[in-house]
Amino acid sequence: MAVYLLQRLGQALLVLLVMSLLVFAGVYAIGDPMAIMIPPDASQADAARLAASLGLDQPLWRQYLVFLQQAAGGKLGVSFAFQVPAVTLILERLPATLELAIAATLLALLLGIPLGLLAGLRPKSFPGRAIMAGSILGFSLPTFWVGLLLIMLFSVQLGWLPASGRGATLELLGVPVSFLTLDGLQHLLMPALNLALFKLALVTRLVRAGTREALSLDYVRFARAKGLTEARVIGVHVLRNILIPVVTVVGLEFGSLVAFAVVTETIFAWPGMGKLLIDSINVLDRPVIVAYLCVTVLLFVTINLAVDLACAALDPRVRLGGAEQ
Amino acid sequence: MNAPPAALPGLLPRFARDGVALAALALLALLIAAAVLAPWIAPQNPYDLAQLDLLDGRLPPGALAADGRSVLLGTDDQGRDILSAILYGMRTSLLAGTLSTLGALALGLLLGLGAAWFRGWTEAIIMRAADLQLSFPSILIALVLLALLGQGLDKIIIALIAVQWAYYARTARAAALAEREKDYISAARALGLKPLRIILAHLLPNCLPPMTVVATVQIAAAISLEATLSFLGLGLPITEPSLGLLIANGYAYLLSGKYWISFFPGLALLGLIVCINLVADRLRDLLDPRRMAG
Repeated sequence: MAVYLLQRLGQALLVLLVMSLLVFAGVYAIGDPMAIMIPPDASQADAARLAASLGLDQPLWRQYLVFLQQAAGGKLGVSFAFQVPAVTLILERLPATLELAIAATLLALLLGIPLGLLAGLRPKSFPGRAIMAGSILGFSLPTFWVGLLLIMLFSVQLGWLPASGRGATLELLGVPVSFLTLDGLQHLLMPALNLALFKLALVTRLVRAGTREALSLDYVRFARAKGLTEARVIGVHVLRNILIPVVTVVGLEFGSLVAFAVVTETIFAWPGMGKLLIDSINVLDRPVIVAYLCVTVLLFVTINLAVDLACAALDPRVRLGGAEQ
Repeated sequence: MNAPPAALPGLLPRFARDGVALAALALLALLIAAAVLAPWIAPQNPYDLAQLDLLDGRLPPGALAADGRSVLLGTDDQGRDILSAILYGMRTSLLAGTLSTLGALALGLLLGLGAAWFRGWTEAIIMRAADLQLSFPSILIALVLLALLGQGLDKIIIALIAVQWAYYARTARAAALAEREKDYISAARALGLKPLRIILAHLLPNCLPPMTVVATVQIAAAISLEATLSFLGLGLPITEPSLGLLIANGYAYLLSGKYWISFFPGLALLGLIVCINLVADRLRDLLDPRRMAG
């Protein structure tokens, strides 16, 4: 177990290093940040001084070494646009993105599991077919267009929900969150639903497939033969078995929710780190782009590791670091 | 995955047994035809600034333009006819989706077959690269690539290939690993054929069927991703608007109730993606024997 954990950590560090190199080399190729930062009437000497103060006059490999050295200490450069450390900027926005992603995951699970069960238990019925058709729509609908439709319907036509921002926030353990106030919840609902849609379709399909498979297995027949109520058979025996793949997939997909939050945050002007990334790309704020990617990669590596470990804990048949398949 | 190569002549009647899939196929054919024929059937050329009249800006659907013709789906802020813009936009979207899928299919096949054939470190490098790519969401990789490359149809196709090749590489490798142990490959080797010839002439045709279904689904995914990236302002430049960019254009007017600038291009995009997905779903059911029972 300890060996496996060390191996995985080593792999994770390697991935981080490769990504940082790719990202740094790549991001260096984006335009010339000097062109944006220098006032048009600045003299040659002013420009050189600015370049020197940002370290942009150094050769590329030197900039990368400096970057690595500082990254190891948790410093990923100072934002050109905000004059604030890029990591601080990202970490300030991280809670908003995480709140959105967690809310979306909860929505996907709370709606997807019952819908999937219903469709799995009654596959030929009208609701069963309608749910499956809906899930195809959920896979097909482009997230950003659904977001626009939601705004059109609930904000413009009906005027029920606010179209942008985070609303009133309350401090929870020093972190501002929206879900504790009514206003914040109203602001959270639409973006979370928008982000959840794709995962909702995924969870529904997974649960449906799992239910259909479980119903034909011996242990379910046995439970029924024993005279257990249908509610107990489904609610305890079937559900527990289909939850393992659902938890795995939802866990692994959490990272992609954080990435896709870029789109949702842009539409709903949700002040998370995805919106910050788009804004930073538009003004070539290189340190912020690099910091976003480093934080995201770190998040991904952590999630993958955590899901692997959780699976092993849930299912004794999963052997960690087992033989090659 | 050893799907018997379904007899193509018999495929269409079997396909047609599912009414929804048939309707989707018909609508898809109609959309593709409309996109291809756009220069001849569109009321105006939305890229030709000379044909745009700012006075026609933001007309609602069905209103009359300055020159007396009626604009069926309204106009955008530049006075661009939305219907024409959709027809031209679908061309761009379909082109980006199809070309990138074909490119990714070719690259993935090449790398996957190469990995399965040569094994050793070639395989290790290719498959670790595929693992690395697949462990990050496609949108993130595409965002970063486009931020580096800049805007343009060629660049978005490169980015879309980069996020898709790994699926094909994995599928191709798995199929090729199973195939290479079979007698006909041993026979080809015994004949002293060159590896490239064996890979292209013998391995490739037998690994292709499982990949075509993946490719159909991926075209829809690629179109959707392209639209998303263009919506974020990172895909295509404003001079060659795809559906995503059209939707982004109308976004600013949504809150003032001018829904049509975003709504109709979105509807076209949705139609395209849903139809492709339904057709692909049906194809998968027909071609994969394991699914027939269900």
